Amino acid sequence: MRIACPFCGARDSGEFTYLGDASPKRPDAPIDGGVAVEDQFYDYVYLRDNVAGLTREYWYHGGGCRSWLIAERSTTTHEFKSVTAAPGAGAAKAKQAGER
Amino acid sequence: MKYSIFSLARAALSSHKNWGRAWRDPAPKSHYDVVIIGGGGHGLATAYFLAKEYGIRNVAVLEKGWIGSGNAGRNTTIIRSNYMLPGNTSFYELSMKLWERMEQDLNYNTMVSQRGIINLYHSDAQRDAFARRGNAMRINGIDAELLDANQIRQILPFLNYDNARFPIQGGLMQRRGGTARHDAVVWGYARAADEFGVDIIQNCEVTGFQRTNGRITGVETTRGTIGAGKVGMAVAGSSSRVAAMAGLRLPIESHVLQAFVSEAIKPLIPGVVTFGAGHFYVSQSDKGGLVFGGDLDGYNSYAQRGNMPVMEDVCEGGMAIMPMIGRVRLLRQWGGIMDMSMDGTPIIDKTPVDGLYLNAGWCYGGFKATPASGLVFAHLLARDEPHEEARRFRLDRFRRGAMIDEKGQGAQPNLH
Repeated sequence: MRIACPFCGARDSGEFTYLGDASPKRPDAPIDGGVAVEDQFYDYVYLRDNVAGLTREYWYHGGGCRSWLIAERSTTTHEFKSVTAAPGAGAAKAKQAGER
Repeated sequence: MKYSIFSLARAALSSHKNWGRAWRDPAPKSHYDVVIIGGGGHGLATAYFLAKEYGIRNVAVLEKGWIGSGNAGRNTTIIRSNYMLPGNTSFYELSMKLWERMEQDLNYNTMVSQRGIINLYHSDAQRDAFARRGNAMRINGIDAELLDANQIRQILPFLNYDNARFPIQGGLMQRRGGTARHDAVVWGYARAADEFGVDIIQNCEVTGFQRTNGRITGVETTRGTIGAGKVGMAVAGSSSRVAAMAGLRLPIESHVLQAFVSEAIKPLIPGVVTFGAGHFYVSQSDKGGLVFGGDLDGYNSYAQRGNMPVMEDVCEGGMAIMPMIGRVRLLRQWGGIMDMSMDGTPIIDKTPVDGLYLNAGWCYGGFKATPASGLVFAHLLARDEPHEEARRFRLDRFRRGAMIDEKGQGAQPNLH
């Protein structure tokens, strides 16, 4: 399996570390927000769609540029559809707030 | 027919041409009291115990391919009960006790061979951790011995004791651990369940659930609709896919684990050996091949095949403790799909969907659990309450914070 890092080009998968599904979003709520928030965190931390087919997932290029990447990959064929830089959570939030 | 020296002699008189079928090949009936999805070791053992211990014989086991074609036919056949945490210790010991009498119970040669398992340690800290594990086992009535390097040398003289980075200081041994013949376990349970009247239906894929007022009342399959009083899932790596048909999301990810076998050589390795400083374990099959494996590939997969970096890593682990392994050729390599749970521990419980029961999350330790898994799942299906030995394997333990995390890795399934 080779992964086409947007910064380094196609590299052996041994250079990369897998984190997991990129779709769960951390609840934007205080952790001590009561049962409803606990349910959201339970969902975020423990439950997975575990799709058979195309998924979006986090990979870390530790053996290269040390960037976090988001790959679209099929779990049934291991084929990569796309690999892009993962926007940092902070950057995404700043963008939302209209900061530069 | 009961297998015995007499049946063997009788069959020999006709050059072994008149052995009957070991189990029937029935067409599915329109309704069963219990339908079990998944004809692997766990599903078939569940059907066997339902019939034998709980008197429920109107049971079908549905298998998408042929029985034992999934992880039951892909594992490295190790049996052991060297666990530390409450919930795991007594459950796996129950399983070990069932292994010890399996051949008599099933009237089938499952080649259970208690030749011992040794987990090597390579540092003072690891010795302490293994001493603790051994103590936890002994408190629970499970055999465990902490051996030093000289004692290990008596048993495994061919290991590299002077590796500069990972010197072998000793090992934790469970003498009652060992191996069993994985296919024979599947066939033995199939035959024994069939004798009780259980229908084993192969080439029958479940494509959906039938529900009435929210309750599961049957399954849609490629061989038609089959009504069911209760439905039990024992589908390992496909758990999330089958559960999704009932609208459930599970605390499970599917990952690929590879295993390897070398060309056959003369008897060399007396039991099972594991490398403590990497992830490598090896035993020798009765045919002579060295059977070994290591870590997950690490990414979600349903492909039943892995990649080169992990093959390299596994072989490096082998070379580190046993340099002579470099002289044997690799014969075969394959992959299976592990249902990796969020704490590395199985889930055997009712689901939030009425009439649907779950047996999943075995990670890569499902084979050794086969008999106990069948017994406790049968108990759950028959009595609607968890078996005493499975009371901690609840689906809601993640929500309650009652995880059983033997490796202490947290909710990162590819690290368990």
